[in-house]
Amino acid sequence: MDLSIIIENLPIYFTGLKNTIILVSISLALGLVLAVPLAILRNYGKPLVQLPIRAFVYFFRGTPLLVQMFLIYYGFGQFDLIKESLVWPLFREAYFCALFAFTLNTAAYTTEILRGAIKATPHGEIEAAMAAGMSRSLMVRRIILPSAFRRALPAYSNEIIFMLHGSSLASVITIVDITGAARIINSRFYSPYEAFLTAAVFYMAITFLIVFLVKKLEVRWFAHLQPQSTKTTIEAPP
Amino acid sequence: MFSLHGYGPSIFEGTVLTLEVSLVSLFIAMLLGICGALAKLSDAKSLRFVSQVYTTIIRGIPDLVLMLLIFFGGQVMINQLGPMVGYDDYIDINPFIAGVSTIGFIFGAYMTETFRGAILAVSKGQLEAGTAYGMSSFMVFRRITLPQMVRHALPGFGNNWLVLVKTTALVSIIGLDDMVRKAGLAAGATRKPFTFYLVVAINYLLITTVSIYILKYLERRYSVGVREI
Repeated sequence: MDLSIIIENLPIYFTGLKNTIILVSISLALGLVLAVPLAILRNYGKPLVQLPIRAFVYFFRGTPLLVQMFLIYYGFGQFDLIKESLVWPLFREAYFCALFAFTLNTAAYTTEILRGAIKATPHGEIEAAMAAGMSRSLMVRRIILPSAFRRALPAYSNEIIFMLHGSSLASVITIVDITGAARIINSRFYSPYEAFLTAAVFYMAITFLIVFLVKKLEVRWFAHLQPQSTKTTIEAPP
Repeated sequence: MFSLHGYGPSIFEGTVLTLEVSLVSLFIAMLLGICGALAKLSDAKSLRFVSQVYTTIIRGIPDLVLMLLIFFGGQVMINQLGPMVGYDDYIDINPFIAGVSTIGFIFGAYMTETFRGAILAVSKGQLEAGTAYGMSSFMVFRRITLPQMVRHALPGFGNNWLVLVKTTALVSIIGLDDMVRKAGLAAGATRKPFTFYLVVAINYLLITTVSIYILKYLERRYSVGVREI
């Protein structure tokens, strides 16, 4: 182990860290924004609307992220229609392709998570909303979604970690994320342990940070389900 | 668009290799999973600690980083160990072994969690009854725990298998000729990347869809003695 290699090249790892964080956070945010309407339509839409959503989710959950990324990055160039269109300058960029693939992938997984959570809404909550005279959209906004988000949180935290780990694939299409930085160091100094173990430490740190933050959020969102703290203390009899 | 330009057999070979990698890694993962689960539930503190460290580390590190670490790191380690035992030639690490052991090692951790839950779901009274009959602890495990934990383990096991199959796509990065890499080679020669990667994607969908049906059948089969609600 020669840690001086790592210490001298820490700036590369920090560039990688920045790229990983950008990729993961943007794709998660866009994926969530896409997934909420998709999950609602998947539950309440007409069969004809549900079908394409089901196909989308089936495709993106049933194939490896690596293949999805290759389909977009290498595959789209096969069509003259795309090559001559305005979006081609975007799809020529590895960074955009990775972002695009990650966003669609996480959108599919999140749609499935939210679909399950919406489906599991207790009947009583819906009946109460109807009895209060809420319209369908108001009910979705005020009752169903907040309750579903709460139920989806544990599964969604897994999805965040999955996306963080999946983002390491970006290094395959030339992007310098944390794994990309490790691959550069490895090929430059032929020191696989130092290079990849450092990357592993970075990923572990981010994973634990995410787990910690989700735990905090869970405590907040489930505050009303916690046993009430008793203010009066029981005193021992004299 | 759907002419494979004579690369069909090559993709098929890759598909066979993907299945081989998946099945061998599954076998390793199951062995590690059983050992890990028993270690997590054992009375020995050291065993519990080791298995806890194992599952925590695996969940914190991406599969690709682990695979590159084992592939490149293993190479360096073997070539440092070689001269010590008097072997001076350069040794190449086999990508099949590197890939299979990495995937097996990763999914061993997930299987550990699945099997641990399944073992805990077997009712305690039955284990005590087994002990009362004078069975050794190994016999209790083989005759009572094992047949019943299958039912509880199947859903989690199925999920792990489906994720594992998709993870095997990573072995193409360390140079193993699985279907992703074969598709890449064919795409390079024909300039039709979309066609070939789409074929590979459809192959993965076929494998996962067939797996889902088999798993459903098994779940029904192993729940025969259980009342449905």
